[in-house]
Amino acid sequence: MTTGTTTPYRSRRPTGRAGFPHLLRAEWTKFRTVRGWVLAMTAAAVVIVSLGLIFATGSHSSCSIGTVEVACPKPPTGPGGELVDDRFYFVHQSLAGDGGITVRLTSMTGIITYPPPNHDKIVSGLVPWAKTGVIVKDGTRQGSAYAAMMVTADHGVRMQYDYTHDTAGRPGRVSAASPRWLRLNRSGDTLTGYESADGTQWTQVGTTHLPRLPATVQIGLFVASPSDLTVEQSALGGSVGQARYTQATAVFDHVGLRGTTPGGQWSRDDIGADGQTDWQRYHRPSGVRESGGAYTVTGSGDIAPLTDGPPIERTLIGMLAGLIVMIVVAVMFMTAEYRRGLIHTTLIASPRRGRVLAAKAVVIGLVAFVAGVAATAITVPSGTRILRRGGAFPFPVSSLTELRVIVGTAALLAVAAVLALALGALFRRSVAAIITAIVVIVVPYVLAFASVLPDDVTRWLLRLTPAAGFAIQQSVPEYKQVIGNYAPSAGYYPLAPWAGFAVLCAYAALALGLAAHRLRRRDA
Amino acid sequence: MEATIEVSGLRKRFGSTVALDGMSFTVRPGQVTGFVGPNGAGKSTTMRVVLGLDAADEGRALIGGRPYRSLRNPLSHVGALLDAAALQPSRTGRNHLLWLAHSQGLTARQVDEVIEQVGLRTAERRRAGGYSLGMRQRLGIAAALLGDPPVLMFDEPFNGLDLDGIVWIRGFLRSLAAEGRAVLVSSHLMSELQDIAGHIVVVGRGRVLADASVADLIAAASRDRVTLRTTARSEAMTALAHAGATVAATDRDTLTVSGLAAEHIVAVLGERAVPFSEVTAHRATLEEAYMDLTRDAVQFAAPGPEAAR
Repeated sequence: MTTGTTTPYRSRRPTGRAGFPHLLRAEWTKFRTVRGWVLAMTAAAVVIVSLGLIFATGSHSSCSIGTVEVACPKPPTGPGGELVDDRFYFVHQSLAGDGGITVRLTSMTGIITYPPPNHDKIVSGLVPWAKTGVIVKDGTRQGSAYAAMMVTADHGVRMQYDYTHDTAGRPGRVSAASPRWLRLNRSGDTLTGYESADGTQWTQVGTTHLPRLPATVQIGLFVASPSDLTVEQSALGGSVGQARYTQATAVFDHVGLRGTTPGGQWSRDDIGADGQTDWQRYHRPSGVRESGGAYTVTGSGDIAPLTDGPPIERTLIGMLAGLIVMIVVAVMFMTAEYRRGLIHTTLIASPRRGRVLAAKAVVIGLVAFVAGVAATAITVPSGTRILRRGGAFPFPVSSLTELRVIVGTAALLAVAAVLALALGALFRRSVAAIITAIVVIVVPYVLAFASVLPDDVTRWLLRLTPAAGFAIQQSVPEYKQVIGNYAPSAGYYPLAPWAGFAVLCAYAALALGLAAHRLRRRDA
Repeated sequence: MEATIEVSGLRKRFGSTVALDGMSFTVRPGQVTGFVGPNGAGKSTTMRVVLGLDAADEGRALIGGRPYRSLRNPLSHVGALLDAAALQPSRTGRNHLLWLAHSQGLTARQVDEVIEQVGLRTAERRRAGGYSLGMRQRLGIAAALLGDPPVLMFDEPFNGLDLDGIVWIRGFLRSLAAEGRAVLVSSHLMSELQDIAGHIVVVGRGRVLADASVADLIAAASRDRVTLRTTARSEAMTALAHAGATVAATDRDTLTVSGLAAEHIVAVLGERAVPFSEVTAHRATLEEAYMDLTRDAVQFAAPGPEAAR
């Protein structure tokens, strides 16, 4: 059969180019032309901002002196801008210019008031991070720069400086049979710590530069003993932390000062002391006694970063609601294709199916990211400001960390949206995909935050499920030299921020890969 | 690129059901090719295989000599309307065409052109969910025309249309073919293709039953048939059947007789004194040709017209 004379049709139009950028543009056009999706994404951003600001405005802390309510005193801030604990007993002299101090420690003892299980006795003992030794400090103001060589109860010799830095020396406890010699030298802005078992063979533990240290510093002996913290899981979920007063006493001898000490006299200060406990009142106050060249110093407190208080990411309380909305939109962006067979039109227009899925993922990811970053960039800075005005003191963090929380949260939303989209492509049904996405992303996080499950279980959930990605929000690091309630419910994740985020990304990539495989292999 | 659709030896099973059983045909430019067969004959599956939506177990389907999935801007090669209801209801008709245009690197101006072409100007900014079936068909046709392709495929475009719509589509298809495009139109009713199709591919049970021009088909179906007009229908039927003819009643006073030449029929009726007013060599309709071809291929056949009478 022939059709004889007919001339085949030729379009006079220039043909378009259909590359990946065009596919992206097509998917963007698809997204923006469904008003419900655009509104929902906007609403998600608005929810994040408004819940965050409402939370910040509603948070109000006050302290009382007797029966009078006053604004809480702001905790001291360390040289790095972080909030710190700075309470200890200090026996000190002024040191002008370079110099150093050498001591021998022969004893470290202490008491813990009413510890578990019965909470009915004051027992002798030391908390693991009770610490004593020699220190060079920029005056006696709380939060000022310092460097210290110390012996701890359970963590051996350490060199610590400026609250967050900690270097380990020789392990082991101090006793009369096993004394410790400590030495701390200042030379310009360089501080170097040494330890020795016998006072002749010295080992360097660490060295640091503290450029902001003034010419004249306070140098001397110190004792600190942090509160004894226990965290109990309550049967109904949640955990209760209890802190009990402790005290440590150390005996120093062979105290040797090198350098110019203008006063020549020991001063004594109970740094950061606020009132006395009954133990101090009736049994043993903080202080120092000297007899025959030996100094017995008793003190309490800690020189360390603070670990409790609202972190800045707490202002992102509305993020969960926003996330759920974004999951729903992302799933629908995919399943709407299947609902009425639109996928056929899509695949006829773009037969390379993997690219279609990739374009959809890029579009929904970018949309979620932009909506997310718009919300977090408003919520975190203004929420933090409002919290501070309300008397709560959110942990100050570096602007790089704040940027990580703001951008990271938006990235978390974006990758979660991509994961939800991939689930939509795998299930092809909205309800199943939405439920699955919420179960794997939101539920583990809620369980962790509500601490319904034992902390160990939630830690595993936050390592293994896509909810690990929430770690990107953690702004305050865990400090090994401070015993704290580092529970998921307090905002501490088992994985490092980017590692947790990588887990979420891996899940999204896996789901997307499976979805692409299925889309390619099966008839549409 | 040549404006053709070539389908050769397509086989496909869905589980135990054979959907395509060696489907082969070619669609050429410049005419409307009707793709006819009962429901379940494999028309839609064939179109889906041609468009790369379904993969055939065997055989190949080429557009201008190339498999669909290798086309870089496919809508400039083939336009297709498979399911007019495949729309996001909350998107406007214009925006539906706009994303399609963007996917091909085409512009909004081309969208405006096809909207004008199918007469959807007044409804373009309304949500497609509110469109009537006729408007959806127009929108689907606009989508097929977006890339101004030389090959067009329409799956059951007449379904659910009112008379105005049917008339419009027929004219439209004819003019598209007249421009030199290859146009494949599927239908389960041959009557819909009468007057517009120049070529017919009749399919049943996944394979081609006839692949011929309309003229050839009618000629083949008319062969050996005689139309007999008589007031004594049942006597005539008895007499002719007795003489070895196959008789079918086509109307109250009309019989179609095959297997007996006209002069024999006249002789038989004269012998038995059965009155008749007219004996003519029969010219079959396309519908009859189709019925002949698909009688065996109808999978869930309803009782035929003879039996119903």
